[in-house]
Amino acid sequence: MTMIDEAPNSLGYRPFSVGGFTFARDEYFVTVEWPTGNHQMPVDHWLRCIQRDVAWEFFYGIVNFDSVIGTMNHYGTVDMFAGRFNEAYRRAEVDYNETFDEEELLGCFRAMLSDWTNEGYDPFAAPLETGSAFGPSSGDNDEAVTRKRVVAERMVSVPGDEPLRSDESGFPVNRAFADVDQSEPVIEAEPGYESEVCSFNLYAYLSRSDVTWNPSIVSACKESLYCPTTEEFTLPVIHGNDRVEWFVQLSDEIQWDVEDRDTGAKRARVIMKAGDVAAMPADIRHTGYSPKRSMLLVWENGSPRIPEMIAKGEAPVHPVDF
Amino acid sequence: MTQYTTVFGSLEDYSKGGVQIVDDDPKYYAFSNVFDVASRAAPYEKVAVGKNLEYVLEAIRAEGTSEWRATPHDEFALVMDGTVSVELLDPAVELVDPASSGSITLEGRPDGSPMGTVTAQRGHMTMLPAGKAYRMHCDGVGVVLLQTIEGPDTVYRWGDICQTF
Repeated sequence: MTMIDEAPNSLGYRPFSVGGFTFARDEYFVTVEWPTGNHQMPVDHWLRCIQRDVAWEFFYGIVNFDSVIGTMNHYGTVDMFAGRFNEAYRRAEVDYNETFDEEELLGCFRAMLSDWTNEGYDPFAAPLETGSAFGPSSGDNDEAVTRKRVVAERMVSVPGDEPLRSDESGFPVNRAFADVDQSEPVIEAEPGYESEVCSFNLYAYLSRSDVTWNPSIVSACKESLYCPTTEEFTLPVIHGNDRVEWFVQLSDEIQWDVEDRDTGAKRARVIMKAGDVAAMPADIRHTGYSPKRSMLLVWENGSPRIPEMIAKGEAPVHPVDF
Repeated sequence: MTQYTTVFGSLEDYSKGGVQIVDDDPKYYAFSNVFDVASRAAPYEKVAVGKNLEYVLEAIRAEGTSEWRATPHDEFALVMDGTVSVELLDPAVELVDPASSGSITLEGRPDGSPMGTVTAQRGHMTMLPAGKAYRMHCDGVGVVLLQTIEGPDTVYRWGDICQTF
């Protein structure tokens, strides 16, 4: 399983290969081939998907790019698949799955992002805030595609932990959050306790996020992780859970389509408004739609033991019984 | 340029969404609303609105002054409505087993050193440090979402707070 390094095509784009998968792009599309089939996706969608996989390091569970292609995280190794969670592909026996060392597939996706992202296009940005992904190769946007994901050890703003965002640090308030109060809490710490009396304005912090659909850790209570994110337009991937995941809608509204994780059969739609809380069961996949930029608190239990616990029946597929 | 209005909920003004079932059980989504739960809770009652194994999210109606509590691990309090002050205290003796989970109620103010006070409004998130004691105060009525681990005072009433059909 090695990546090949070929010369660019006539449009200036390099082809890539990892294991049995090959990837090529033209002005509009990415073509993926594997030993039993092939598939095409619009290149802007493709870049948004692999950007999340890179930023999240494959996140929890399954990241479906669409109904055919995706990745499944085993936390150290990762599967790339075609048709694995598509009943028709499985029935026709043209589905394909290959397991990679996490770094090998990440390396392939990082190289692809660098080569296939043109100057002015930002896969993290909402469509209204970025240029076009299409056309022949034209420069790059490495600064955008190599952003570091926020991972707080205790909480954002605690001395030594992740810093606050500001105009000066390159995080202006987003156009859709111009009305969000920027005042910080009043902190009156006694001498010697400055590092433990800590508080910050989470909503102001989120209003300055320059990415969409990219959960970042702002606080950690052991393995309980607050991963808020700002959302606009659509979640580019269809996230398949390997554990129960919770959402708290902090502002505005998101609508979710929920499907069976393995077959794609529709199970529910979940409409979330400010203050709403909902669980996503461990056996579903979901994608979201946010018509106005919104603030979503994604709450995860980061324990690496959970997929095995669910498989053994030691952890529930559904959040609570009542 | 388009002018956007960001919608945050409050006790006085919130609107719930919901689960539209195609082929599933709405209970699997444990759908509730923090403001709705707090509007029907007793002051400083810790009502679970999220649970992921031992970890919980608690909706708390902040009204008046809470009891003193001690926590064996970091907790995080997000004010979602109102103005809530948090008073922190470094106890003179260990009040809670560091290996335990969830905060506990204390009998009155413990001996110790004042650490300071945070006055937090909507959107402000405050750390409640491991091994310390705290209490909250709200002149009116506020709402706090607490990131913590289930403890002896966590209240479960899923059947009352969640969408069931």
